[in-house]
Amino acid sequence: MNLWWLMLACGVITFGIRYSFIAAEGHYQPPGWFRRLLPFVPIAALTALTAPELLLVQGDIILGSDNPRLWAGMVAIVVAALWRNTLITLGAGFGALFLLQYS
Amino acid sequence: MKSSDAFALGLRSVMPILVGVAPFGIIYGVVALQSGIPPLAAMAMSSIVFAGSAQFLLAQLVGAGAPMLLTAGAVGLVNLRHALYSASVAPVLAHLPRRWKILLAYLLTDEAYAAAIPHLMGVTSNSSESVPGHWILFGSGLGLWTGWQLSTLAGVMLGTQLPSNLGLDFALPLTFIAIVVPMIDNRARFAAALAAGAVAVVLATMPYKVGLFIAAMAGLVAGVAMPRRAK
Repeated sequence: MNLWWLMLACGVITFGIRYSFIAAEGHYQPPGWFRRLLPFVPIAALTALTAPELLLVQGDIILGSDNPRLWAGMVAIVVAALWRNTLITLGAGFGALFLLQYS
Repeated sequence: MKSSDAFALGLRSVMPILVGVAPFGIIYGVVALQSGIPPLAAMAMSSIVFAGSAQFLLAQLVGAGAPMLLTAGAVGLVNLRHALYSASVAPVLAHLPRRWKILLAYLLTDEAYAAAIPHLMGVTSNSSESVPGHWILFGSGLGLWTGWQLSTLAGVMLGTQLPSNLGLDFALPLTFIAIVVPMIDNRARFAAALAAGAVAVVLATMPYKVGLFIAAMAGLVAGVAMPRRAK
């Protein structure tokens, strides 16, 4: 029974965080600097999520050939910059990872 | 753009991400059962909490018998970055009735946000007649939600048999790369990415993913602080 209450509490907390600014919009006047931060949210948040996935192997920064995900990621970054296409980037990244792991 | 087209666009945009999310959902289901959470509760958690990394943490803390208050606090910390997504999409949703705001807030995950945001940038409540941004978000959110429910169900049904790692989870960072890299078209945006990435790597060992939130904040500040190039 406690587990269900705990899940409910965590659900309410999670929803509250996600709803916070959506609910507040229009009910407060955000300062100008706050509005200027917002365009950077996608780049900052998604890069923060991605960089450790590429650079870290079990908590350590590994830059050598024993970190194929880093180099496959680099290939994906170049391909994404050139073609700006999700499927092509996915194909290039997975292709590079496969080549690096099994060659 | 019609509502149905916007919905389809959101749904289509989240599909590559689902390839990466499905292994996580399966592993979550397995981990939850191993932590002693009954199958029904493990499934229910995916719709009540609906947050991947927070659910992993929740399952582990329940398994370890951690105090409830600590567990709830930890889940809050792990999900703190979602407040940034909330602030980011709030102007797009400003004109909507409350039921839409509640629905889209519930569906606002890393993945749904990432899939929708390239199509939302530049969309404000003023121009919402031309691009119904809320339908794009609903499409990516519902697609992710459905994929998450199905993959956790698969994990719960697999039970304690952990599936072999096929490397499909790599689809997640790859899709994020495909979304972020084309956005980096000036020095300020490059600075934001560099700062966020560097801080996230350095602070990766901080508990409850607090480092992720600090890294995102560092990226925002770096982006704004970067002086514009004189023309």
